[in-house]
Amino acid sequence: MSLISQLPVLPVVVPIIAAPITLLLPKGRAPHLWASVFSWITFGLCIWLFREVAATGPLSYFLGDWAPPIGIEYRIDLANALVLLLVSGIAALTFPFAYRSVQLEIDERQTPLFYGAMLICMVGLLGVTITGDAFNVFVFLEISSLSGYALIAMGARRDRRALTAAFNYLVMGTIGATFFVIGLGLLYQATGTLNMADLAQRLIGQENRMVQAGFAFILVGMGLKLAMFPMHLWLPNAYTYAPSAVTAFMAATATKVAVYVLIRFLFSIFNFDFDFIGASFTYVLLPLGLIGMFAASLVAVFQDDVKRMLAYSSVAQIGYMLLGLSFATVEGLTATLVHMFNHALMKGALFMAVACVVLRAGSSSINAFAGLSKRMPVTTWAFIISGLSLIGVPLTVGFVSKWYLLDAAFSAGHWYAGFLIVASSLIALLYIGRVAEQMLLKEPAEDGKYALPKEEAPMSMLIPMWVLIAANIYFGLRTDLTGDIATRAAEALMLMAGGAP
Amino acid sequence: MDDWLSFILARYNYWIVITLMMTGLYIVFARGNLVKKIVGLNIFQTSVFIYYITIGKIAGGTAPIYMGGELDAAAHHEPEGVHGSEAGGDAVGHGADAAHDSAAGLHAKIDNSALELGNELKDALKKAPPQGEGAAESLHAMPDAGDKISNNTLSHLDKTPPKPGLELTPDGVHGAHDAATSAGHGAADAVHGAVEAIVYSNPLPHVLILTAIVVGVATTAVGLALAVRIREAYGTIEEDELEAADEIAEFGHQAGAEGAAA
Repeated sequence: MSLISQLPVLPVVVPIIAAPITLLLPKGRAPHLWASVFSWITFGLCIWLFREVAATGPLSYFLGDWAPPIGIEYRIDLANALVLLLVSGIAALTFPFAYRSVQLEIDERQTPLFYGAMLICMVGLLGVTITGDAFNVFVFLEISSLSGYALIAMGARRDRRALTAAFNYLVMGTIGATFFVIGLGLLYQATGTLNMADLAQRLIGQENRMVQAGFAFILVGMGLKLAMFPMHLWLPNAYTYAPSAVTAFMAATATKVAVYVLIRFLFSIFNFDFDFIGASFTYVLLPLGLIGMFAASLVAVFQDDVKRMLAYSSVAQIGYMLLGLSFATVEGLTATLVHMFNHALMKGALFMAVACVVLRAGSSSINAFAGLSKRMPVTTWAFIISGLSLIGVPLTVGFVSKWYLLDAAFSAGHWYAGFLIVASSLIALLYIGRVAEQMLLKEPAEDGKYALPKEEAPMSMLIPMWVLIAANIYFGLRTDLTGDIATRAAEALMLMAGGAP
Repeated sequence: MDDWLSFILARYNYWIVITLMMTGLYIVFARGNLVKKIVGLNIFQTSVFIYYITIGKIAGGTAPIYMGGELDAAAHHEPEGVHGSEAGGDAVGHGADAAHDSAAGLHAKIDNSALELGNELKDALKKAPPQGEGAAESLHAMPDAGDKISNNTLSHLDKTPPKPGLELTPDGVHGAHDAATSAGHGAADAVHGAVEAIVYSNPLPHVLILTAIVVGVATTAVGLALAVRIREAYGTIEEDELEAADEIAEFGHQAGAEGAAA
């Protein structure tokens, strides 16, 4: 009963116990400090876990000491250890960041509820990632989604449209989750098990209509959750009207976790012996990824609200991730994992910069960014550097992702996809450039709706934001860190899927 | 024509699932009223609950219970019982093999019921002639497995009509009872009848769907709470009116006039 043997379960157990206690704390500063401390503890646990996994290989933990497949198993290999690190790391930065932003955007009486919901959302995302039980994925997914709906709706104080956005997200998200459960039911009927490793074993050779239908339901259900291109309609509104700190947290983590679940199902549970897996790569994920890259990027160029613009950009970035995994090669999967990690770093930083502007200028409209460099230079440069990272300029993480993606595209023989990746990056240059032009070249409005105050954002927001930007540059230079881990994770996944290495 | 009809009728629960699922989805997409959308979502989810309960029904399987090491014979096919319908027929065939095996199955049955019927059967088995003794002894060798078994299985059994296409009938229980009390024919046959009579429900899908129901209730609660807040903020929960109100707010009066006209 040493603590180390219980380590794999702690990142879920510790914050889920802390979350309800948040509600009992007095309003104001206390819930924020409490949630921040627990997000750091969780981050620490995830780092520890990551190091263990990187050193000794996959860890397995039996809940209640019931051996799988009867009991629920937590199974951590490099792929989900990386996602765990990402989710908890972003949480550890957004929670401290949130204080001032939340002070402005959310009623003080709601602060215990807000931070409680944030912790629960984080637990849900960590749980989805950590678990080795397919039904457990659904439960944690709904834990994170339900708290997510509530968090988005809390933006109603600033803009009542947050309510309808949250409602639409709820309807779409629930349909997606229910599709996922239907798919699981079909797989369960075919195999009689829910443990992922056991499922993979028992599915071998079962290419029948039931398994095909189960896979289709899971693909569509997860597609809704991860905002795959034609099913992304809930995302822009939800991200636009949610409180800024929530947007920064969810944009960086929620869709990534759904992508991870999709990878897990495609590569670890099903494998390349199934014809429909190859078909879904060629006919679903590859074209939808490509269309998403362009359609969403183009829409982003014409948005007047910077938050909404970045939300559409997120849909486009999901396209890159789907594209990478649709190559079904180690390089492609590596590119997807690297981009998941890197995109979280840059989108987190970008949305944090927007949150700073919202705090000072009271709006995320592009007009509010006019002349920002003269009033809030630190925030301006944060936005520009993370924007450059989004475009894929060398020395930033964005370049690393694009490099891996291009490498994967050419080595998989999809040379046209390589050109399309570059072309869509140029569209990203357009929409980031539009904001940059406003910030650098325009004069700040002296009066009127978008008049800027003279002060910079508070340190409590600048420090987490610049930590993320430092990570953008650090991982852009030390490409071996993320690249190696992602390659090892991708190799392990491909081995499970039985594809050519 | 007859084949076709029986094909549909034999799978009636799946048809119910599909009908409910499509009805629910249609309501979600077609209705503009937010509360009706939530209702549609509920119907959609209910279809999934029914689906899971359907797949939990296994005819002829033995109860998925962990028993101690001394019960190897009984435990032998139980893990399979947990796993899906394909194990069902297997278990029945297996039960017929040996008296010992069948008695183990019967014991599971008796504990399942934990009712007079079971006790009577036990007594009858004790009094049974020598060829039944092996069965009776192995019966006593299982002390406390009954504690682990839920009691509601028998009531479930009684209420469930035989499904089309399944050769098992609940009547078999009574058949077994009669045969045992008559005590002339050897317990093994009676036991065999009882094993065949077991129609049990795999508890796992029920547990799963219980979880899903909790999630569904939570989703409904959040959805309705949002609808209440939307009504507070907008004064309506009709989707088209909400869109019109947003347009007025964003583009001012002109678009607003059009929105109102629409």
